[in-house]
Amino acid sequence: MLLQALAFYVFAFVVMASATMVVVSRNPVYSVLFLILAFFNAAALFVLIGAEFIAMILVIVYVGAVAVLFLFVVMMLDINLTQLREGFLKYLPVGALIGLVLFLEILFGLGVLGGDSTAMAGLGKAGPQIGAIDNTRAIGRVLYTQYFYLFQAAGVVLLVAMIGAIVLTLRSRPGVRRQRIGEQLYRPKDQAIAVVKVPTREGV
Amino acid sequence: MDLAIKLIVLLPLLAAAIAGLFCRVIGDRPAQFVTCAALLIAAALSIFVFIRIGFGPENAKLVVVKLFSWMDSGTLSVDWSLRVDTLTAVMLIVVTGVSSMVHVYSVGYMAEDPSIPRFMAYLSLFTFFMLMLVTSDNLVQLFFGWEGVGLASYLLIGFWYDKPSANDAAMKAFIVNRVGDFGFALGIFAVWMLSGSVNFADVFAKAPEMAQARIQFLGMDLPALETACLLLFVGAMGKSAQLGLHTWLPDAMEGPTPVSALIHAATMVTAGVFMVCRLSPIFELAPIALQVVTLVGAATAFFAATVGLTQFDIKRVVAYSTCSQLGYMFFAAGVGSYSAAMFHLTTHAFFKALLFLGSGSVINCLHHEQDMRKMGGVKDKAPQTFYLMWVGTLALSGIGVPFILGNGIGFAGFYSKDIMLESAYGAHSVVGMIAFWLGTIAAFMTAFYSTRLMFLTFYGKYRGDHHTWDHAHESPAVMLIPLYVLGIGAALSGLVAYDWFVGHDWMHFWGPSSIAVKSTEEVLHHAHEVPLWVKLAPLVFALSGIALSYYYYIVRPELPEATAKRFPGLYDLFYNKWYFDELYDVMFVKPALAIGRTFWKKGDEATIDGLGPDNIAARAQDMAGVLSRFQSGYLYHYAFAMLVGVAGLVTYFMLSAR
Amino acid sequence: MAIGLGHYLFVAAVLFTLGILGIFLNRKNVIVILMCVELMLLAVNINLVAFSVYQGNIVGQVFAMLVLTVAAAEAAIGLAILVVYFRNRGTIEVEDINAMKG
Repeated sequence: MLLQALAFYVFAFVVMASATMVVVSRNPVYSVLFLILAFFNAAALFVLIGAEFIAMILVIVYVGAVAVLFLFVVMMLDINLTQLREGFLKYLPVGALIGLVLFLEILFGLGVLGGDSTAMAGLGKAGPQIGAIDNTRAIGRVLYTQYFYLFQAAGVVLLVAMIGAIVLTLRSRPGVRRQRIGEQLYRPKDQAIAVVKVPTREGV
Repeated sequence: MDLAIKLIVLLPLLAAAIAGLFCRVIGDRPAQFVTCAALLIAAALSIFVFIRIGFGPENAKLVVVKLFSWMDSGTLSVDWSLRVDTLTAVMLIVVTGVSSMVHVYSVGYMAEDPSIPRFMAYLSLFTFFMLMLVTSDNLVQLFFGWEGVGLASYLLIGFWYDKPSANDAAMKAFIVNRVGDFGFALGIFAVWMLSGSVNFADVFAKAPEMAQARIQFLGMDLPALETACLLLFVGAMGKSAQLGLHTWLPDAMEGPTPVSALIHAATMVTAGVFMVCRLSPIFELAPIALQVVTLVGAATAFFAATVGLTQFDIKRVVAYSTCSQLGYMFFAAGVGSYSAAMFHLTTHAFFKALLFLGSGSVINCLHHEQDMRKMGGVKDKAPQTFYLMWVGTLALSGIGVPFILGNGIGFAGFYSKDIMLESAYGAHSVVGMIAFWLGTIAAFMTAFYSTRLMFLTFYGKYRGDHHTWDHAHESPAVMLIPLYVLGIGAALSGLVAYDWFVGHDWMHFWGPSSIAVKSTEEVLHHAHEVPLWVKLAPLVFALSGIALSYYYYIVRPELPEATAKRFPGLYDLFYNKWYFDELYDVMFVKPALAIGRTFWKKGDEATIDGLGPDNIAARAQDMAGVLSRFQSGYLYHYAFAMLVGVAGLVTYFMLSAR
Repeated sequence: MAIGLGHYLFVAAVLFTLGILGIFLNRKNVIVILMCVELMLLAVNINLVAFSVYQGNIVGQVFAMLVLTVAAAEAAIGLAILVVYFRNRGTIEVEDINAMKG
């Protein structure tokens, strides 16, 4: 138990610290890297809790795709290192206050911190189940049967996102020659063929 | 007979409507023709009515023609109906006669004016209202005519509306009249309260009972009929320009001269006298009111004469003369001699209209010059006007030869003025004596200033602009014919009508229902029996007035100025009209303007606008300025706002769920 | 002490708050905003999975997967927009994005 608790605290601490560094870093590349660190540690938390499939999916999709994309864009945009503007400090007290209020309210609403704790009642008895059935199989049993429509809809969402990204960023560059197949095929007869009466032995 | 009466009253209205509403369609000449024709027909019909009623048998002295019902509400029942008795018939002659002459005269006088049809329409409209007033059978209809003539007076005084002084004068006339009308309306209410009816017949029948009643007014317990009559007299004071409410009459001379002749000499200003005579049955039962009437009339006669001594505008002299003569009529009515008052009203209408129209002729001759200091020697340029003006002046002064052929031979004023002063003396009361002496002194002054007018205008050397002198000419025939007609009236009407009004035939003439006959009988009886010196006094005073005027203006022309310098205080007092206008300005006009200004600036602008629309608009703008700072354009500001909102909402729900 | 549901919820709450703060406290560039959105989604995922495990109901994890999908799609679109914006404006300073100023 102690190991579990220790692991939890370590991972939790790192997640929170790297999230803070994402916001606070000057260099955007550092921000992205700290984001990746946060994702990794969140995945570790998931493993601890027994949802290893979700953890791996997190690593593959979030870190492998989304964070890399972020990094790619950050690099591509060639952003200069800027100074921390003064507005940060000016708004920090008010922002922190509001944030604190919100944080306490979330905890209160969920029953973690006093208040209505029916959300928490009857819980904790289950605990992470190791054994019985592994996570992947459990998810698979439900995803392709009961929630199949949602699964397909998720696919459509991804398709739309892909199309959207292409539509937004595609631009035609001048000076690039490419084939216009449609126009090629659409050529009328009088533009393609010229009938010439050739007298013998004289050529065209 | 009924038809004649209806035509008399309605023809001028029809003419006014045609000329006024269709002036663009029909043009100037037809408008003039229609109105003059209508009035001349009405005048002819009036003569017919007068003969039938005045000299008809006793039982035909009163004709009532009901037109249609007006108000029928609870116990108040008022009809449009025309009542014609001798009093009315006399007024019909006066009104239609003078009005038709003024109409014809205006054709010439206003020939160069750009709005002729409007003028003729207003004149006819005025005549209609005046006829309504004199033929009314009840107090409300009389008030309708009363207000109507006030309106027509306003329209006509301010006829040249692009002159600011004319507009001011018109407003002054209307507003001062209004004060009088307020009292008049209160009087009508009082009469209705006391008798339950506004019909003359009913009121007169109930008069003896009303005399005993008492009424609560302004917190005081007063004799009812006295109060009512006093209030009614306040209205007469306003309309007839008696002392106190007289300030509008001289300024009313801003209107064209035919207007002055018609309205401010012969007809509208005499409406007050007519009203007192019409209501004589109830006035007779209110002796205190009658005493007030006498005193006010006598005071006015004296006051106006003093002011007329000093004025230089030819029309103003005649205007003050009118004011003075109206005072005579009122004190005659006040001592109970109503028929004498009506007699003077009739003769006065003729010679005063003659004087006004003659002055208009002079003004026209000298190219709209009205200041007598710039006139002189006009008798050579306008001889006919000159002779006719002398007829009018002698009539006004009351010149004649007494005791020949029974009543004497003289101009009209000789008869009527004398009988009024004899009645005042014969009343044997304190107010009567005061009235007699003030009236006689005023007669002296009347003769003085009337002949002063003649001497300054027609005699001596011309003191004006030579260019004007070269172009001066006699007036055209269309202006002279009315003058001749009025001149005949001024000369002969007294001689002819003396017996009918106040002489032997007076009872037969007036009949039982027109004026209060019992008291009149007594007063006239005393009047005919006064001592010889009383009968001769007015004539003597008038002749001495003429003589003194001759001395001052022909023999020693430098005397007037010297006398004025000898008595500067008195001269200033008379010249400035006893400072009444200045007094009213301080007492009423300035406070009213100050109150108005306070309500406007403090009340309207500062309070209502300031707290209402302007304030709300300014606050809305302020709020908009404050709120627009939230729209900074920065996403993170918007996100922050959203966050604050979310935090607030959650807090609210958390706390309210407890 | 035993790690209970509350601990996981606490972590998720902290991550969520940090994400929110990051959105409007940063002045540097827009990419950090997008990253903060990813942080918030991560916090939600933690919540979902924790509840799912402690309630014994697999639906929470299925939903977490769908959230993941949508998050990825949204990150892609967001970055595409950012790239186009950068092409037009030449900068991704947050303070220069004030064209909506009213």
